[in-house]
Amino acid sequence: MSLSKETVEYVANLSRIELAKEELEKISKQLESIIGFIDALRSADVTDVEPTDHIVPVNNRLRSDEPRGSLPIEKTLANAPHKDGRFFVVPKVIE
Amino acid sequence: MNYEPVIGLEVHVQLKTKTKVFCACPTEFGKEPNSQVCPVCLGFPGSLPVLNKTALEYAAKAGLALNCTVQKYTKFDRKHYYYPDLPKNIQISQYDLPISKDGYLDIEIGGRTKRIRIKRAHLEEDAGKLVHHENASLVDYNRTGQPLLEIVSEPDINSPEEAYEYLTSLKSIIQYTGVSDCDMEKGTLRCDANISLRPAGTKGLGVKSELKNLNSFKAVREALTYEIERHEQVITGGEQVVQETRLWDEKTGRTISMRTKEEAKDYRYFPEPDLPPFEWTEELIETIRKTIPELPKARAMRFMKEYGLQEADAKQLTCSMQAADLAEKTMRAYPGANKKTVVNWLIGPLASEANARSLQWHELGIKPEDLVELIGYVDSRQISNLAAKAVLTEMIDTRRTAGLIIKDKNLAQISDESSIEKDVAAVIAENPKVVEDFKSGKSNALMFLVGQVMKKTKGKANPQVVGDILKRRLQNA
Repeated sequence: MSLSKETVEYVANLSRIELAKEELEKISKQLESIIGFIDALRSADVTDVEPTDHIVPVNNRLRSDEPRGSLPIEKTLANAPHKDGRFFVVPKVIE
Repeated sequence: MNYEPVIGLEVHVQLKTKTKVFCACPTEFGKEPNSQVCPVCLGFPGSLPVLNKTALEYAAKAGLALNCTVQKYTKFDRKHYYYPDLPKNIQISQYDLPISKDGYLDIEIGGRTKRIRIKRAHLEEDAGKLVHHENASLVDYNRTGQPLLEIVSEPDINSPEEAYEYLTSLKSIIQYTGVSDCDMEKGTLRCDANISLRPAGTKGLGVKSELKNLNSFKAVREALTYEIERHEQVITGGEQVVQETRLWDEKTGRTISMRTKEEAKDYRYFPEPDLPPFEWTEELIETIRKTIPELPKARAMRFMKEYGLQEADAKQLTCSMQAADLAEKTMRAYPGANKKTVVNWLIGPLASEANARSLQWHELGIKPEDLVELIGYVDSRQISNLAAKAVLTEMIDTRRTAGLIIKDKNLAQISDESSIEKDVAAVIAENPKVVEDFKSGKSNALMFLVGQVMKKTKGKANPQVVGDILKRRLQNA
C-alpha cells in the first residue's frame, strides 16, 4: 500500500517532528512497509475473535492509596536540558 | 426567528486521594514545585503505572451518586497530544469503556424539575501547571497524575441558569459523597462548556463553540449569556458560526477567539498496554453504593417532613453535608416544637457570622448544644435578640459558652417590672410633650418613650415589658 506525501507529513506533524525532503522519502518507504505488514494482519479471519484490550490475561491490579517518597529535586531535573530553580524550562507555549 | 441554546458541560473534579492515580506520589496542594513527582508521573522510560484502588472506588462512588451505571468491565486508553504539561506526551484516560455512564441529575428551574442526562464519568490523570514568562515557560509537575473524574453531560441544558443549577447540584452531590472538595478556587473543580443555537422547536444541532477559562459558576453563567447573544447576532446577520474554542475574559465580560489553527483533533486513542483492565463484581459495586450518604435533595425533603421546614430553608440548610449535619443536630437538640426558631438563627445570624469570616457555618466552632443554649436565653427572654447576636459573635471569637458571656458582660435582660418602673417614671417626667402626643393618639410617641427607657437601662430592659408598663401608666394617668 502506498502512502500519500500529505499523510506522512500529517503524521510527522502529529509527532512534532520536521522532515527534510530526503527524509520524507526515506520515512515514507519505511512507513509503507510497516503498513504493508498491517495489511497482512488484516487478511486474517477474526470473525469469531473478541477484540483484545490487553495482551496479558491479568485483571484488577490495584495499589493501596498510601504515599511513598517522591524524587529529590536533583534527580528530577538531572536530565532536563533547561531548568530554572525547581522548574523544568520549555520554549514558551501558550495554546 | 427564535433560537434555543443547546449547552453541554464537561466538568473535571479532582478526587481527594492521598496519592496520585497511577503512582504513590502525594497529592498535597501548594507544595514546592516538582517536589511530588516520581519516574512514573514524570514519564521516565521503563516506569510502570499501577492503579490507585481508592481513586477507582471514588470514581465509581461519584458515578453511582449521579445515577450512572458502573460498567462491569473498564479499561484505560492512551490519549495522544503534545503539550509540555504532559510529560509522557500521552494522557492516560478512558475512551470507549468509561467507569460509569448513562446517569442523570435533576435540577429545579422555574419551579419545576428538569432532568439533565449524564453521558459518562471517566477517570483520567491530571496534567501539570505551566508558568509563562516572557521568553520561556516553567513547568511544575506536582499536579501531573492526580486523579480526575471527567463528568460529561448530554446537551440537555437550554439556558445559562440551567447550567448554573446543574453545576450547583453536581458540586453539592459530589461533596456529599466526600470524594472531592469541588473547590473552583483551588482548581479541584473545573468546567468547560459547549454551546450552540438552533431554531426553537427543532431537533438538530448548530455549530458549537467551546468555552474555556471559566473560573466560577458565575463566570459559566455570564460567558454562556454572552455567547448566546454573539451566536444570535452572527446567525441573524446571515453568517455562519465558526466552530472554535473561545476564552472567557472576566475583566471585559466577553469571550475571545483563541485564534489557533483549528484542525480536527486527532488523539489516536488506543488501549493502555501498561494497565490491565478492571472487572467489577456486583458485590463490590453494592459495597460502594452503600457508602453513599443521604444526598442533598433527599435530605431537604426529609427536613421538610421531619422538622416542618419550608422548601427554601430546607434547600439552604442541606447545600453542604457538614452544614446540614450541624443544622440537624441543632434542631434535634432544641427542645422547642417550632424548629423554625433554630433555622432562623442558622440562616440569619450564624450565616452572617460565617460570611464575615469567609467560612461555612460548621467551620465556626459552634457546637449544636452551644447554639441551643443561646437560643434558650432568648426564648426565656433573659436576653434580647440584639444582645444575643453580640453574644454569638463573642462565642465564636472566644469559644466560651453563652451563659458565661452573658454573666461576664452583665447582658441579662431586665424583665423585673419593679426595677424598670423607676426609669419609666423618670422618662415620663422628662418628656411631657411626647406624653401629650401619645395621649392625643400618636402611636409613634410610644416607640420614642420605649427608646428613652432602653437608653436609661443601657439596652438591658426587656422592650416588651417597658412598652407594657408605659402603656399602663400613660393610660391611667
